[in-house]
Amino acid sequence: MSSHPHPSEPVGVTFAALTRPEAPAARYSALTGFRTLFYKEALRFWKVSFQTVAAPILTAMLYLLIFAHVLESRVKVYEGVSYTAFLIPGLVMMSMLQNAFANSVSSLIQSKISGNVVFILLPPLSHWEIFSAYVLAAMVRALVVGAGVLAVTVWFAWPNWSAPAWILTFALLSSAVMGTLGLIAGVWAEKFDQVAAFQNFVIMPATFLSGVFYSIHSLPTFWQNASHANPFFYMIDGFRYGFFGTSDVSPWTSLGVVCVTLLVCAATAIRLLKTGYKLRP
Amino acid sequence: MSAAIRIQNVRKRYGALEALAGVSLEIGEGEFFGLLGPNGAGKTTLISIIAGITRADSGSVAVLGHDVITDYRMSRKLLGVVPQELVFDPFFTVRETLRIQSGYFGLTRNDAWIDEVMFHLDLTNKANVNMRALSGGMKRRVLVAQALVHKPPVIVLDEPTAGVDVELRQTLWKFIRRLNQEGHTVVLTTHYLEEAEALCQRIGMLKAGRVVALDSTAALLARISGRQLLLTFREGHLPADLEAYALDPEGAARARKVTLRLHEMANLEMILARCRTSGAVIEDVELQGADLEDVFVQIMQGASA
Repeated sequence: MSSHPHPSEPVGVTFAALTRPEAPAARYSALTGFRTLFYKEALRFWKVSFQTVAAPILTAMLYLLIFAHVLESRVKVYEGVSYTAFLIPGLVMMSMLQNAFANSVSSLIQSKISGNVVFILLPPLSHWEIFSAYVLAAMVRALVVGAGVLAVTVWFAWPNWSAPAWILTFALLSSAVMGTLGLIAGVWAEKFDQVAAFQNFVIMPATFLSGVFYSIHSLPTFWQNASHANPFFYMIDGFRYGFFGTSDVSPWTSLGVVCVTLLVCAATAIRLLKTGYKLRP
Repeated sequence: MSAAIRIQNVRKRYGALEALAGVSLEIGEGEFFGLLGPNGAGKTTLISIIAGITRADSGSVAVLGHDVITDYRMSRKLLGVVPQELVFDPFFTVRETLRIQSGYFGLTRNDAWIDEVMFHLDLTNKANVNMRALSGGMKRRVLVAQALVHKPPVIVLDEPTAGVDVELRQTLWKFIRRLNQEGHTVVLTTHYLEEAEALCQRIGMLKAGRVVALDSTAALLARISGRQLLLTFREGHLPADLEAYALDPEGAARARKVTLRLHEMANLEMILARCRTSGAVIEDVELQGADLEDVFVQIMQGASA
């Protein structure tokens, strides 16, 4: 094998005369690729935060105003918990799920369609690094949006904070699941239309029908059973347990379902990235 | 000379289309290599396989000894690619774009080199301008800068001067030549054959996914023994029996200026003598050597025969 310099070192004679003498030499680190992609993904949504953060917070607040106004005096879900207070964790989690998904999928599909995905395909980024950076950035956006929704809705009804560890656990795991699903959809989709279809016909109904606005105990038996097949139900139910200490199913069951969902989604996404499915044809 | 890029029997098929039909090629370290071919010849597919953004159906590619599939991290670190498509990320400024690209290659505190690359590509005063606000030529410069941001020993430029002004071409070639002189291997695809002729030490020609010529530029030019003879007549015209020598035989016998292809220098005296005996008076004679375009046309015609 031929000997050659490390890529962080110049080849042959450098442009020494042109390089600022006081300038420090570039540093190479194995983790920098991942960190940079994560930073870029986070910066990407932050630069358009009016659309990616403020808008979903406003939407969640509108849901709260309308549903709470209409149903506050008519619906009683848990003993000692007002409907508005019940609604808040559901809205927070729904916003987190939708935004975690949107972050990964919109970034990838935009990059694919505009062609700039080549900038992450040419460097020596591994499938693990790409996966981790996209999912972590999606989680950050989800947490920022979730915190924002919580901050503007708690003024209407102060929820209990029965088990903060469960709140954090379900917030992190659920946004990771949705960031991963967004990644899968982004790799698979070839046009915006397919992404919109996935978002509007799968993600949106699944999040709406997962118990955001009601307890599944208020549903007929068939729909109760159907809800148990919806992983999003467990995300919201477990998250809500953290606030009220009561839920439709045990938080441990919810944790198990969410963990298995995350593992399946993560394994699928990593497999797609490793094989270069639709990215490296 | 060891291989900067070693391509062994690479095949790639897109459905019924055979984009690469068993390409084997070696590009030496420090070479300035030209990859030429008509549209659809497979140049970009080959470059995409070298860069790891397309996977070959069979065969292997290695960059400085590192396989692009099994040792992709090292091979990609050693490679800088300027893609053909004018792509950019609309969220960032030029400096942010270059810092991010640098980071993808594992580099931090790389601003000294980023500044230098921007200086050489006349991008310094655009450093803080958003990519969306740049002209096409400026975006092309940023693409080149992105490919060089990690100082790759092997640089691949896929039609980097397509649709850009003369100023950028000159700026770019000056910089790339300098990098080549410092030891970087450069692989260039271009439709501007005069660029390839002026810059490349060796040239490979692809047609329909096959290598149809691979030699030093000088040797390729020497393959064309034919030169061109430009005759300007003061009186009379080209004799009809010499029309076969004309580049454009139609109307050659009536034209005042005519260009003839000289397959052998020995024909020169015969042509001039024949013109004299036909009563024509020649005002001016000009003899031109072959250029790469002639070689290209001849090889492509030969390959299709």
